[in-house]
Amino acid sequence: MNPKMQTNEKSDLLEVKDLVKYFPVRGGLLQRVVAQVQAVDKVSFTVKNGETLGLVGESGCGKTTVGRSILRLIEPTSGQVNFNGEDITHMRPNSLKSLRRDMQIIFQDPYASLNPRMPIGESVMEGLQIHKIGHPKERWQVAITMLKKVGLEEYHARRYPHEFSGGQRQRIGIARALALQPKFIVCDEPVSALDVSIQSQVLNILKDLQREFGLTYLFIAHNLSVVEHISDRVGVMYLGKMVELASREDLFREPLHPYTKALMSAIPIPHPNVKRDRTILKGDVPSPLNPPKGCRFHTRCPIAKDICSQQEPEFKEARPGHWTACWLVE
Amino acid sequence: MTASTQVAKLEAEAITIEERSPFQVVMMRFRRHKLAMVSLGLIIFIFLVTALAPYIARFEFDEVNVGKYFVDWGTVDAETGRVHYMGTDNIGRDYFSRLIYAGRISLTVALLSVLISETLGIIVGAVSGFYGGWLDAVLMRFLEFMLTIPTLPLLLIISAMLLQNEELIPIPEPLLNFLGDFLLLGPRAARNAVLIVIVLAGFGWLSSAQLMRGTVLSLREQTFVEAARSLGASNVWIIMRHMIPNAMAPIIVDASLGLAGYVVAEAALAFLGFGIQDPIPTWGNMLSATQQFMLSRPYLPLVPGLPIFICSLAFNYIGDGLRDALDPRLKL
Repeated sequence: MNPKMQTNEKSDLLEVKDLVKYFPVRGGLLQRVVAQVQAVDKVSFTVKNGETLGLVGESGCGKTTVGRSILRLIEPTSGQVNFNGEDITHMRPNSLKSLRRDMQIIFQDPYASLNPRMPIGESVMEGLQIHKIGHPKERWQVAITMLKKVGLEEYHARRYPHEFSGGQRQRIGIARALALQPKFIVCDEPVSALDVSIQSQVLNILKDLQREFGLTYLFIAHNLSVVEHISDRVGVMYLGKMVELASREDLFREPLHPYTKALMSAIPIPHPNVKRDRTILKGDVPSPLNPPKGCRFHTRCPIAKDICSQQEPEFKEARPGHWTACWLVE
Repeated sequence: MTASTQVAKLEAEAITIEERSPFQVVMMRFRRHKLAMVSLGLIIFIFLVTALAPYIARFEFDEVNVGKYFVDWGTVDAETGRVHYMGTDNIGRDYFSRLIYAGRISLTVALLSVLISETLGIIVGAVSGFYGGWLDAVLMRFLEFMLTIPTLPLLLIISAMLLQNEELIPIPEPLLNFLGDFLLLGPRAARNAVLIVIVLAGFGWLSSAQLMRGTVLSLREQTFVEAARSLGASNVWIIMRHMIPNAMAPIIVDASLGLAGYVVAEAALAFLGFGIQDPIPTWGNMLSATQQFMLSRPYLPLVPGLPIFICSLAFNYIGDGLRDALDPRLKL
């Protein structure tokens, strides 16, 4: 956490309470629901005004589903999302449309997220068209301004997506999200499809824009070093559950949950002589169709006790501002 | 200093040269397809000739020259000095003039049928594919049911019914007058043409709708659709701005292949006597009329047959060329 954040506690911009998303699996002749994929199960967290909350976890742990449920791109099964003190989980389409101006998303795949038949300037100003903001000429000006903010030039605006590289397209996606001047942006693995050399460039643009516009980010990633670079606080997810949530310093200095410890020990250290204890997890992530009873991590946990397989641990504040869900943390 | 400005200038030039709109790229690729280019030239030529029919044709399409039956190619009319470029038919009407007026009808029918069937197909296919669910299921089962019916017998029955009971489908008078003037063949020909268009397009849109649905099904899962939704776009907006522009490539190919199909289908209806009736000329009914003289004058069917053949082949090649040109997998 940066010093400014510590001195004056900021208000919550986003509050997620017991968010649940089950995807029904249909089968048989009558397309009956035969099973439920428990993608996200009772996840709660808050995001403060102006901060970046990182969300990490393996593929399939539900972090993307959390991001999309917050934006209501998918409808959550239950739970509540409050944005700016307003419950948005039951919002009607009309109010939802105006909500879109305040919440935006940046996608993982820079190749699929732009319409190939639309000049990028038009893609960027599409949001303004949809919300009928300004005249056509003003919209175009806004689009060019936004493109310049992400390091592109005016003459790029009339070009088509196939004429750009992956990094450039990702920046176009950022410009599109910015055009509506949102307060909050879900960054859904915005750099994981990019070359390492381009990753830092895009991350720095995101940081600069955050400072300039006072943006709040939910930054979804599976790369811990990227998350460490950009986040103020970090949440760790495993199989649809939030297992640990703490400030970046606390989490990287003293990970409490055995899963987080295992993740930390997997970060490569660029020094050949450094020896350390590696926690190597055995087996695969269990299927979210039928998650383990008790603590969902107990099947792979190196220190699991009897209680772990019987009762689900509560997500509690183990240290001040450091939340975790593990029976064995005191 | 000067060198660096020169470099900047050169770079600027390189950038302007590289810039091509998708349309230009498609045209560039299309030009490489020799057969398609030749076909396009041929079609443009045929369109021009039929469009300029009143200036090219020396005779009216229903002008009967008594006593001059089956005159030879290039016979000069003694009284007026007009030339029968392709001779006359069994009741002394000038073949060449009839042929180009017939082209007007045949091509207009084909164009209108394509226009209507593709528009209908785009709308139904996009709605069905995009919304999915029971709407999609109902629409698609209906389409499949219609497609299992053999088309030609049904076309024959329906066109016979429509042509005999003209009040069955009321067609607005101004439309008929406009079309009649456009075709230069009067409102009666226009009424017949419109009825044939309704019959042909009424069955033609089924496959276009299926094509559109398939394209939309794959498009709607793309991230840019989700991006538009997150910007607050409505379903109609997404269909109009994202689905249809991206689905145009297969639709354009389908349309050009459809043109070939409709030229032949119109000819087939007329040949079997259920299309547009004599004295209004179409390539199909002219071909039909040559049947009875086939033994004595075996070259006669070629006169209306060749334009049908050329048009259908040319539209097919253009379709092929467009398919190659629009295929995004062959990126430049």
